[in-house]
Amino acid sequence: MTIAELTPGLALALGSLLVPLLRGRVRSFFLIALPVLGLAHLSVLSPGEHGVVSFLGQRLVTLRVDSWSMVFSWIFMVAALISSIYSLHVRTPLQATAGMAYAGSAIGAVFAGDLMTLFLCWELTAVTSVLLVWAGSGKNAYRAGMRYLIVQIASGMLLFFGALIQLNATGSLAFGHIGLDAPGGWLIFIAFGIKCAFPLLHTWLPDAYPEASEVGAVFLSAFTTKLAVYALARGFAGTDLLIPIGVAMAVFPIFFAVIENDLRRVLAYSLNNQLGFMVVGIGIGTEMALNGTAAHAVTHILYKSLLFMSMGAVLYRVGTVKASELGGLYKSMPVTTVFCIFGAASISGLPLFCGFVSKSMIMSAAGQGGYVLAWGSLMFAAACMFHPDIRVPFSTFFAKDSGKRCEEAPINMLVAMGISAILCVGIGVAPAYLYALLPYSVAYQPYSASHVLAQMQLLVFSGLVFAVLVRNRAYLPDLRAINLDVDWLWRRLGAGFSRVALIVWRSAAASVGDVLSANFNSAASLITRHRLPDGLLIRSWPTGSMSLWVMLMLFGYLLLYYVGV
Amino acid sequence: MNASQERPVRNEPVRWLDRPENVRKIYYAIWVLCALLLGLELLIEKHVETAAEHWFGFHGFFSLLACVVLVLAAKLLRRVVSRPEDYYDDC
Repeated sequence: MTIAELTPGLALALGSLLVPLLRGRVRSFFLIALPVLGLAHLSVLSPGEHGVVSFLGQRLVTLRVDSWSMVFSWIFMVAALISSIYSLHVRTPLQATAGMAYAGSAIGAVFAGDLMTLFLCWELTAVTSVLLVWAGSGKNAYRAGMRYLIVQIASGMLLFFGALIQLNATGSLAFGHIGLDAPGGWLIFIAFGIKCAFPLLHTWLPDAYPEASEVGAVFLSAFTTKLAVYALARGFAGTDLLIPIGVAMAVFPIFFAVIENDLRRVLAYSLNNQLGFMVVGIGIGTEMALNGTAAHAVTHILYKSLLFMSMGAVLYRVGTVKASELGGLYKSMPVTTVFCIFGAASISGLPLFCGFVSKSMIMSAAGQGGYVLAWGSLMFAAACMFHPDIRVPFSTFFAKDSGKRCEEAPINMLVAMGISAILCVGIGVAPAYLYALLPYSVAYQPYSASHVLAQMQLLVFSGLVFAVLVRNRAYLPDLRAINLDVDWLWRRLGAGFSRVALIVWRSAAASVGDVLSANFNSAASLITRHRLPDGLLIRSWPTGSMSLWVMLMLFGYLLLYYVGV
Repeated sequence: MNASQERPVRNEPVRWLDRPENVRKIYYAIWVLCALLLGLELLIEKHVETAAEHWFGFHGFFSLLACVVLVLAAKLLRRVVSRPEDYYDDC
């Protein structure tokens, strides 16, 4: 087996194990070299199925190279490189190790040609990424990490059972188009849906990501959910149900994003909103829509990690990313400010930035396909999402001056943000390079005068509402508060219910125990009583009473004989 | 935009954005930009995907309405879901 036969994820995952053994500059060099070599590895792969192994009579394909797996593996590897550079200031090896293993398993999952390999990598991403949540500080990170892990493992279990049902029905584990009607289809759909943060299954995302360390959130923002988007695009392209699901994902998180105080949680909600666009694209399922989804996944990883990096830098320097406590930081962190604005411009879909050239493909596919309701909802989402998107840089770097002064972000953070920012603008200015990577051939021109004007109107009028309300102090104030999401059902209602259930159980168990122990005592005393020296079974009986009993027995026998039994 | 007039940290140079008149300039620039974008619509030929987009200023006014709805709905939502920061601490 040559190097071209091994999945590029394996090198990253195995390489991560060496990270704790290295120190200082050697480790930094290694952490950059690993994804750079990974990029080189990707460039020598040839299309087809490689790395085929036989396991329990099943054919497992560990390296399926085609246009879908290539576009996602390229961007995952770039994200691994950027996140890795961003993590270089951290002296302890845990986060870099976990991050690299996490990136490796995500890339392994992208190249998986069968459901068993996919499942293994799927679970590996869960157990490696939870370490990044736990690298955050305090008991909140620990608890959020536990909730995150439970949900992620549950997703893996559903995938596993779905795969077994498919194997049982078809005799094959191959990972191709699945569809809801396929055996095990629904289980696999929900497994993907959990990781993709479908509505009501989404709470792990805004719960865990903001609790992760500043480095952890950058890694996390890139891989898990986009892996789910990839898996959905492979398995469920053209599933109509995905359109309303995607619309709900695109619309509802916005309302939570505008009232949220923790700015990394704002980013998590807006991440969920962007996933909605991709899911709608998968649901429409035309070549243009699927191209839009793939393109948006690529640009999304770039600008979302850029935004998480800028907020991570603020967290690292100031110690908080709560909007109510920040403001005026452009004076201390001017470079980070510029990068954050680049990220916000990209996510909003401002022309000349990368979000514009990908998001508009999905919108156009919805419009041209006659999905008017979905198109209108996505338009609503695109207009409204501008508010949380500008709120992140505005509340942090401008708004009121919080009086906080700090150093600019460390150089490694600035380099990582710089690479992302350059790619955001580069793709925005020259989208042809991105389009060349997409699964289907593209005849799409984002930069028509009409289209640019429409998008500018959408954004600038949205900005106008923001500016008018902020200037007149009528905008939603940044409050020191948290907001309930549906996870209230299990974090509060469920916890309360289980507490009550526990009390009921304990008292029930106690009363049952009382009854049992009382009965046990009387039974025990009965038994002992008959076995004491003068007890019924122990005391000596006269011979006459014995013959009386024998006579009674014989009489009974005679009686039965006559009755004829 | 509305940088406060009193500066919390003394002995710092006054920056461009610290001056309220500059913030006002930015604010009015947004209004001017909106007007320009509406004006431009008269000059260019529209190629759009749906019928509604042919209406004059559709995207601008749609956005305006959407954002007003967003802010009002978010104010209502906040009343329902907002809780103190230590709400989940004991569970």
